[in-house]
Amino acid sequence: MLTIDRATYDAIVAHAKRDHPDEACGIVAGPEGSDRPERFVEMVNAAGSPTFYEFDSTDLFQLYKEMDQNDEEPVVVYHSHTATEAYPSRTDIGLASEPGAHYVLVSTREHGNNDGPVEFRSYRIVDGEVTEEDVTVVDDLEPRNESS
Amino acid sequence: MAIEVRIPTILRTYTDGEKAVNGEGASLTALIDDLEVNHPGIKDRLIENGDLRRFVNVYINDEDVRFIGGLEAELKDGDQVVVLPAVAGG
Repeated sequence: MLTIDRATYDAIVAHAKRDHPDEACGIVAGPEGSDRPERFVEMVNAAGSPTFYEFDSTDLFQLYKEMDQNDEEPVVVYHSHTATEAYPSRTDIGLASEPGAHYVLVSTREHGNNDGPVEFRSYRIVDGEVTEEDVTVVDDLEPRNESS
Repeated sequence: MAIEVRIPTILRTYTDGEKAVNGEGASLTALIDDLEVNHPGIKDRLIENGDLRRFVNVYINDEDVRFIGGLEAELKDGDQVVVLPAVAGG
């Protein structure tokens, strides 16, 4: 299950709506091993495409360097689909390379750049196997020292 | 000649879980051949049809190797190599 706070959830949705009809992408980093999506990082879709996304290679390097220095890992890797459902495409599955991450898919096909609900779904993608999981949105993540 | 190579999570199955390993070689190609000796199978995850895989990024001292000669990029003692799979999809 993915537990995510409301502000981060809203930020992902806002990014997806803003970049529609192109795909939006980014990550939410968190302390290694914590499974806590704490630090929202919006990335530029270097492909600038309605059917493809890719982090710019220099941005990617900087991001991983930063996470390394902070002892963080990508807890959530998100991107949007702008004309299809929020389910990983064959390309998504083939290129998924963070077995520990929650892959979040947002679909903006219904309302595009406008207000209105979006599909927001989360998956594990490991060795080509896709497993959907529940998403729980909370007001705030529990304080770190009280979480197990 | 020792070159530190940072290994991404997805390839740590080839390095017994190690985040970084040492290798040697005067070029990226030579380094990858050297890695293959100690970590069999890793070369195929980096190279396809004699070229760097499209969705694998390799950096030498913070620079994407695609801008500095690709597989022929030169290496020297003390360089740091980072391997990162692209974050991409459709």
